Amino acid sequence: MTSIKIDGQLVEVPDHYTLMQAAEAAGAEIPRFCYHERLSVAGNCRMCLVEVKGGPPKPTASCAMGVKDLRPGPNGEPPEMFTNTPMVKKAREGVMEFLLINHPLDCPICDQGGECDLQDQAMAYGVSGSRFDENKRAVEDKYMGPLVKTSMTRCIQCTRCVRFTTEVAGVAEMGAIGRGEDMEIITYLEKALSSELQGNVVDLCPVGALTSKPYAFHARPWELTKTESIDVMDALGSSIRVDSRGSAVMRILPRVNEAINEEWISDKTRYIWDGLKNQRLDRPYVRRGKKLAAASWDEAFAAIAKAVKKPGAKIGAIAGDLAGVEEMFALKALLASLGSTSIDARPAGSALDPNKGRAGYIFNPTIAGIEQADAILLIGTNPRHEASVLNARIRKAWRASNLPIGVIGQANDLTYSYTHLGVGGQSLADLAAGKGEFAESWAKAKNPLVIVGEGAATAEVLAQAAALATSGNDIAEDWNGLAILHNGAARVGALDIGFVPGKGGMNTATLLKGDADVLFVLGADEYDLSTLGDTLVVYIGTHGDNGAHRADIILPGATYTEKSATYVNTEGRVQMTARAVFPPGEAKEDWAIVRALSGVLGNPLPFNSLAQLRAAIYATFPHLARIDTIEPGKLAQVKKLANASAKVSKASFASPISEFYLSNPIARASATMGECAATAAGLRQAAE
Amino acid sequence: MCVSGHVNTPATFEEAMGVTFEEMIEKHCGGIRGGWDNLLAVIPGGASVPCVPGEKIRHAVMDFDGLKEVGSSLGTAAVIVMDKQTDIIKAIWRLSAFYKHESCGQCTPCREGTGWMMRVMARMVEGRAQKREIDMLFEVTKQIEGHTICALGDAAAWPIQGLIRNFRHVIEERIDQYTYSSTSDGAVPSIAAE
Repeated sequence: MTSIKIDGQLVEVPDHYTLMQAAEAAGAEIPRFCYHERLSVAGNCRMCLVEVKGGPPKPTASCAMGVKDLRPGPNGEPPEMFTNTPMVKKAREGVMEFLLINHPLDCPICDQGGECDLQDQAMAYGVSGSRFDENKRAVEDKYMGPLVKTSMTRCIQCTRCVRFTTEVAGVAEMGAIGRGEDMEIITYLEKALSSELQGNVVDLCPVGALTSKPYAFHARPWELTKTESIDVMDALGSSIRVDSRGSAVMRILPRVNEAINEEWISDKTRYIWDGLKNQRLDRPYVRRGKKLAAASWDEAFAAIAKAVKKPGAKIGAIAGDLAGVEEMFALKALLASLGSTSIDARPAGSALDPNKGRAGYIFNPTIAGIEQADAILLIGTNPRHEASVLNARIRKAWRASNLPIGVIGQANDLTYSYTHLGVGGQSLADLAAGKGEFAESWAKAKNPLVIVGEGAATAEVLAQAAALATSGNDIAEDWNGLAILHNGAARVGALDIGFVPGKGGMNTATLLKGDADVLFVLGADEYDLSTLGDTLVVYIGTHGDNGAHRADIILPGATYTEKSATYVNTEGRVQMTARAVFPPGEAKEDWAIVRALSGVLGNPLPFNSLAQLRAAIYATFPHLARIDTIEPGKLAQVKKLANASAKVSKASFASPISEFYLSNPIARASATMGECAATAAGLRQAAE
Repeated sequence: MCVSGHVNTPATFEEAMGVTFEEMIEKHCGGIRGGWDNLLAVIPGGASVPCVPGEKIRHAVMDFDGLKEVGSSLGTAAVIVMDKQTDIIKAIWRLSAFYKHESCGQCTPCREGTGWMMRVMARMVEGRAQKREIDMLFEVTKQIEGHTICALGDAAAWPIQGLIRNFRHVIEERIDQYTYSSTSDGAVPSIAAE
């Protein structure tokens, strides 16, 4: 800690603080454009100038100067800085004037209007008139792909976007060309950006130069209702804010959550919203002959009851990636009341088993814990596509310490360098046996992190991964390095409440073979349902996607923006979405559908409201009541897993996500995501 | 030292600190073109320092303190001598154009300010300006000076400050001349500020 006097007030701040951070600690606000706490310091906007006592007779950029760089007074007094002197005021007014002389006055038609740093700071620190009599500069707009709209005349050359894409997203595709006042921000050869995190440059841009293309001219920030919620596009459960107007979600923005997404979200999370309106199931349907016909709820329920009540009917249920804990709990209870234990929420072949303990299926080290890892092994996963924000966290750790990273599975561009150890089980066995250079650096790791993707979660792989995560001699005692990276937001919640086959129950693979007579499909659109034969499929979901195409009875449900539902992310963190808008048409919240159906089937479930349902869940699974916390897995459970099997898996591992932008029914209904997928395919083709 | 411009024999040479400007020119450069009465101004320390009027620099001592006294500095000791044939406004405009061209664009005051200054200077070369703009221009130079990352901003600002401090009357005369010879179209067009 060091002391510094700010505007006459003495404060104690950590040694590594910059003057800007120190000023904020002292409660003095410092305007800035280029500085961003998660990016490198550029010091080029000059808006944060402050006066330093005893320094040169000119103001200093507070973002780039450390408190330790200041000289103490002649008698050893703490150094002194000012943020409210005439010098500072003049400097700010000067810089503001320079920023504005070439900035267009098009705020009334600018999408950034109302949430623009330049607008706000011009009000606070600028002068009222313009003295600039020359022609303003105009800059040609650049193409940056289907997500980022550019209006480059507005650019103030803060270079936040360049620093973000280079440092965080890991694609060196943006830069500045030209110099002096002709400097322009551009993508390389004006190609579309290839990053899955590119939408974040829209948030970072302090002016309206980079704005959201799909959202362009749709709404003004002050007319939107803001709902703080949780994302379900991947298993991270990033914190988001859903901005809605009337019955429509207008846009989705990230919220700061240091534990999960810092302040980034992936493009799928951000731009999915047009998919929430398209292809929606807004009323029940019943298959009559070959065609699905619109029906009333009563007709649909009656059709289900008829099938379920056939003597000896085998009933099963599969839950998909987007299902909340509430509806899965209700569905499990419904099937139990029908005497069935054939329920599953795991992809076919997955060996994740809740009975072996929570540590066996969650991301034990936590997402923030990635930064403590000193060696990382990725097995059968492409985190860039399965969890883009988590991939950025791995990149952050890699940038900070250049830690060794090994990959077993497909060799994809992950934005950091890694050792590709092989594609399948044999490579994993070799590593476990200590063969190869990577094994040497692995053996030295104190905090080794093994990330197992869903594409490789077989019993053999889990056992070997658990062994690799726990068996090293140097491993820190409190470190639990087994990390399962799930794909579906629903998965951990499902495993937590035991949405897996009970005694004598059928699992996903068997259910998909068509062994059940009646199959409830709770939004499970990622499975191939063509093998179901003459099974009666009851689809509870939101979109006219794979599940609805095969369904015999469709019950329209609510998406994550239309209901309050509990999701447990891949770390095991319990989180809750909030309702921003209402489901369309006759669609209902999924748990209520299951509850109503149970009444028709003659065994009403014992809850009549969401609160009662939650009370029932919490009574059985108390850890689900602790929102935003993680019930940690036990290291002993991982060690037990490690001893389970020594067999070598022959299979080669592949990530289950083949197309990042189209990995769930909402995304497939989104025109924006379709365009992104086409653009990405074009970029891949151009690269080959 | 390197003396260029309107001297009889421009030269590069080594000289002791403390020699006066007059001695230096007479010794190494063969005097001012057209004699000492023809000396208009001197930029004593490279393109980045303020110019000094001829009568002030003639007896000035060519070292750090001596040039500070006449409101300039020794800088790189690249002396530019200008006689009375020189259009001093245009000469300083040319320096502004150079600095505008050389600005890298990283930080705001220099990126935006050098172009602004150059354009105002270009109008002042013609006289197509308002007299109040002289003060505005001076203020703009002050807004750049000391606010940039590197010293290019300072370097761009100082020549103009030297011009305004020492040759304000020349700028004003030029503006008067332009106004005087104006046509009915208006000689001093005012571009509406956006």
